[in-house]
Amino acid sequence: MNEYKDIWVFAEQREQRLMNVSLEILGEARKLADKKGVKACAVLVGYGVKGLADELIKYGADVVYVIDNPLLKNYTTEGYAKVIADLANEIKPEVILYGATYIGRDLAPRIASRLHTGLTADCTGLDIDENGLLLQIRPAFGGNLIATIICPERRPQMATVRPGVMKKAPKDGKREGEIIEIQANIKEGDIRTQIFDIIKEAKSKVNIEEADIIVSGGRGVGGAEGFKLIQQLADALGGVVGASRAAVDAGWISSDHQVGQTGKTVRPKLYVACGISGAIQHIAGMGNAKTIIAINKNPDAPIFKVADYGIVGDLFKVIPALIEEIKRIKNNELA
Amino acid sequence: MNILVFIKQVPDTNEVKIDPVTKTLIREGVPSIINPDDKNALEEAIRIKEEYGAKVIVITMGPPQAETALREALAMGADEAYLLTDRVFAGADTYATAKTLSKMAKKFDYDIIFCGRQAIDGDTAQVGPQLAEQLNIPQVTYVKEVKIEGDTLIVKRALEDGYEVIKVKMPVLLTAIKELNTPRYPSIKGIFEAYREKEVKIVTAADLGVDPQEVGLKGSPTKVISTTTPETQRAGEIFTGNVKECVQNLVQRLVEKHVI
Repeated sequence: MNEYKDIWVFAEQREQRLMNVSLEILGEARKLADKKGVKACAVLVGYGVKGLADELIKYGADVVYVIDNPLLKNYTTEGYAKVIADLANEIKPEVILYGATYIGRDLAPRIASRLHTGLTADCTGLDIDENGLLLQIRPAFGGNLIATIICPERRPQMATVRPGVMKKAPKDGKREGEIIEIQANIKEGDIRTQIFDIIKEAKSKVNIEEADIIVSGGRGVGGAEGFKLIQQLADALGGVVGASRAAVDAGWISSDHQVGQTGKTVRPKLYVACGISGAIQHIAGMGNAKTIIAINKNPDAPIFKVADYGIVGDLFKVIPALIEEIKRIKNNELA
Repeated sequence: MNILVFIKQVPDTNEVKIDPVTKTLIREGVPSIINPDDKNALEEAIRIKEEYGAKVIVITMGPPQAETALREALAMGADEAYLLTDRVFAGADTYATAKTLSKMAKKFDYDIIFCGRQAIDGDTAQVGPQLAEQLNIPQVTYVKEVKIEGDTLIVKRALEDGYEVIKVKMPVLLTAIKELNTPRYPSIKGIFEAYREKEVKIVTAADLGVDPQEVGLKGSPTKVISTTTPETQRAGEIFTGNVKECVQNLVQRLVEKHVI
């Protein structure tokens, strides 16, 4: 077991662009590696992606392993699993971290099973214990419990990490590191799935994970019509619209707006929860917002316990008054 | 064509009970349902059976009470049902679960294996891919559409910002998401048959021929060392009463704190 060293990050790229979550977990890997006194390494897989290695170094990687091959141009489970598992068998990392994306969550369990090791899904926290083991912290049962999980006897220790939870290290243009090119041992027959199309769907370009201000609506909003009011408040504040699972499940708004354990994790500067009771599964997705405002007619709603400010009242009366007051203040500033 | 569908029975409430010794969920006594994504998997298997002809074999691992999930699956239209139940299976993580399920799968000559993408209790989405690896067959996860052309499947796999169209030869393992279909309700006739004419077969560790060290808690690489309930309390200032005053007070605070 002692031969296993270093902390690896799967540097996920799509169309030769690094995913944000990969830089986030690289920031975390940097901290863990410093704590253990080992290297933080990125594993970059694709075709024509070598140019991205430099960026990974500037965001904290000591070593970037580049596996570049035409057969790896698009992500396939078997292609990526093979080259990463082969490399892990050869170099023996102690830890491998993946972003919990639609690709990371497909790839990591395949590799874990091949390497006969453990894997913890969707971690929201990582740490090193006094024995040097990776502590993998994740919500379970809809966020009702926070579990700490270890993988004591198998290596590498592996986890997927939720996008939006970890913080990128500041980019250091002067940072230097090593780029190691790895020859991919792969042939066409190793990949049994054939991708013949990748379709981008023109979604409403809402990116709540990047927004500084989010105004969210829940069951209390009452319907799709009510979300127009939520949108107006978001517009007045210069923010975007979020939603609870109840509102999404009811079909009032699309799932790309969903905040929570089964939706997205957000940490905006301001989060306004309107007609959201504050189930733990919702709080799991927004509890780290800098300032939280709750508007709810039920004074006992759990959302008030996590709020910095709250208004007990009917959101259909409170929000129009709030919009008016915000506009008045902003106009005064301009005057 | 043989289709295996792996389902999981999950608690349908937010009530959480954890065994203080093993630190795993206590399932006994908690009302249970078929995991939602697994129901989509089962529905798709039954649709394929209706369109192309197939035998649908539904399998679960769990305590004896998981039989009710299998009866419901039979009532929806599955042909055979197997319950993997044994004390030594308890406390399995996703690796040990996939390993146990793979032993069961190997008893069949299957063309398609369906799983749900993830279960609502663990939310890991790991067992499907881990099972595919144990069986050395290709996998497609996050499946939202399936078409059959001879011995090949044309599958749409969802991505964050769209989808991929993937061609894959059988045998293959697919994990279903809710966009795949709308699961049916069992018919009265189906329910009658599920309880009167169809059988749920019990499978133990000995039947599978697995080493007890390789399954359950003992065969699990990961260990839960502690569980806590999340605490995110803030000392909130709550305004009540006249709406206009509440709003003015709130906006004043936000301006003071430079939030807006």
